[in-house]
Amino acid sequence: MLEAVSQVIVQGLLLGGLYALFALGQSLMFGVMRLTNTAQGDFIVLSAFAAISLMAILPGPAIAGAWLPFLGLALLLPVAFGFGYLLQRVVLNGTLGRDPLPSLVVTFGLSIVIQNLLLQVYSADPRSIDTAGLNTRSVELPGGLAVGVLPAIVLALAVVATAGLQLLFERTRLGRAFRAVSDDREIAEIMGLDARKVYALATATAFLLIAVAGVLQAMRTTVAPSDGPLLLLFAFEAVIIGGMGSFWGTLVGALLLGVTQQVGFRIDPGWGIWAGHIAFLGVLVVRPQGLFPKTRG
Amino acid sequence: MAVRLKRSTRASRVGLLAGLLLLAAAATLPAWAPEGAASSWMHQFVEVACYLIFAMMWNLLAGYGGMVSIGQQAFFGFGGYVMLVLGNLAGVNPFLAVPLGALAAAVFALPVSYLAFRLQGGYFAIGTWVIAEVVRLSFANLTVVGGGSGTSLTALRGIEKATRENATYGMALACVVASIALVYVFLRSKRGLALLAIRDNEVAAESQGIDVRGMKLAVYVVAAFGCGLAGALYFLGNLRISPDAAFSVNWTAFAIFMVVIGGIGRIEGPIVGVLVFWASSRFFSDYGTWYLLGLGLLAIVVTIFFKQGLWGWLQQRHGLSLFPTQRRLDPEEPHAQH
Repeated sequence: MLEAVSQVIVQGLLLGGLYALFALGQSLMFGVMRLTNTAQGDFIVLSAFAAISLMAILPGPAIAGAWLPFLGLALLLPVAFGFGYLLQRVVLNGTLGRDPLPSLVVTFGLSIVIQNLLLQVYSADPRSIDTAGLNTRSVELPGGLAVGVLPAIVLALAVVATAGLQLLFERTRLGRAFRAVSDDREIAEIMGLDARKVYALATATAFLLIAVAGVLQAMRTTVAPSDGPLLLLFAFEAVIIGGMGSFWGTLVGALLLGVTQQVGFRIDPGWGIWAGHIAFLGVLVVRPQGLFPKTRG
Repeated sequence: MAVRLKRSTRASRVGLLAGLLLLAAAATLPAWAPEGAASSWMHQFVEVACYLIFAMMWNLLAGYGGMVSIGQQAFFGFGGYVMLVLGNLAGVNPFLAVPLGALAAAVFALPVSYLAFRLQGGYFAIGTWVIAEVVRLSFANLTVVGGGSGTSLTALRGIEKATRENATYGMALACVVASIALVYVFLRSKRGLALLAIRDNEVAAESQGIDVRGMKLAVYVVAAFGCGLAGALYFLGNLRISPDAAFSVNWTAFAIFMVVIGGIGRIEGPIVGVLVFWASSRFFSDYGTWYLLGLGLLAIVVTIFFKQGLWGWLQQRHGLSLFPTQRRLDPEEPHAQH
């Protein structure tokens, strides 16, 4: 019994690591410019498909085996950074303001565009990245727990990404600029910051996380063009449970969501995702500001 | 100098006349439509009517109430399911069950608002989407309404096809007229003025003594009623319901596109939007994914470059307003100077 319980919790934490990677970019963009990116999930799926196409042209698995997808990810990162930067400068900067409608409609429109573009190019079939067996490898822990190697890597990356973002915000010039435009855009501009450029760098950073999330999602399981909205909802729930503006909060929120879903799946496969949604709504009732709030909406 | 409060325009008077003529033509459609076409025309009208009512409610919510929701499909599907359950399981006449379904959606909006109103702006939008997903998953796990694969409206079995189609069509027409009239009268009323004030500046409105929270709740409940009405009507015409169809986010996606393209925050907006949508879907829907891709792009372009939408652009150029909600002060006819 105890073994089964701890197995469910460990699986939930590992799943939560993936959700944290979905959510960190969302948390970053909202924290810096109050932008709700409703296409977050679709961008994750888009980067997963980009990686799948990249894998097809990289030299075969004989060279790097299970680590080839990580090489692909390394190649994808600069592209994602540039894409995010341009997206913010060319499209999204123009939609920011007191009224949330323009940015919501534009990102929602992007979501529909990406889904249908992927459907046209790749068809509706789910696909995944070949990891040469890495996705099925697991290690036995004392106490009879089996932990998948890839999910453990994902969780470790999520922790590293969270710590990295926190350091970026607290210790670097760029992080100070992020916090400054977040607190008061106008004063920050008087002090010589170009808010439009700072916003673009924030989105570019978020897209690094989106690329990581997309590649790992496609390595762990499958992706299909219509998966985006569900990933968005998971990311959003993690951010709200954790509390806005706190990256460690987002990580904890994602882990809680993962565990709740895993418990739900264990009780009845039809209710797993439902249980996660209900946990989110429960937090909303009991503690609408989230567990570790920092910035105010 | 005496001034006169002016609340109508020439366009609105001409528009009213044209609208009445259109209504008369539509009401008598079963009498004059060609024999073979009437059934298909009426079916199409019912569908367009549902889209229009749904889009009008989204416009009321987002364009006037400042609440951008991506979860209105929760009320659409809820209205549809309540209509079907009342008809199939409780033996209520399905035509009577349509307004009851809408009413149930409005009541359902009260607990939903308790959750959704804890979030603002963009997070309100996604929060409402989560709630809609919860409702969808809950209905998908209810075996009494067929679970994930849904069920059929069997309550209409005994009724002859032509009678059923005529009655559904008449009901859709009545619902459209009632919805437009309701929104128009509401926005012209004192409460409508309060709503516009809230949209323009919430803090300033509150300082003028407007009950902002109460007003927002009222709009949310009315919009839920309208969305529930559209849903109940849609599945009355469709005869079959499933959670994926009833609670699809596409309902709200299309509503957003229609309202944004037609012109948000004006009554004409969703009407123009639904006409554009209907016409373009007749020509392009065979292209499937490309059609949706184009709609998404169009919504993006309109939002960035033509914030007022199609009707807003017309209004700015020609001062056209079919449904004037503003109050204008006009000087009286100039008197002879002494």
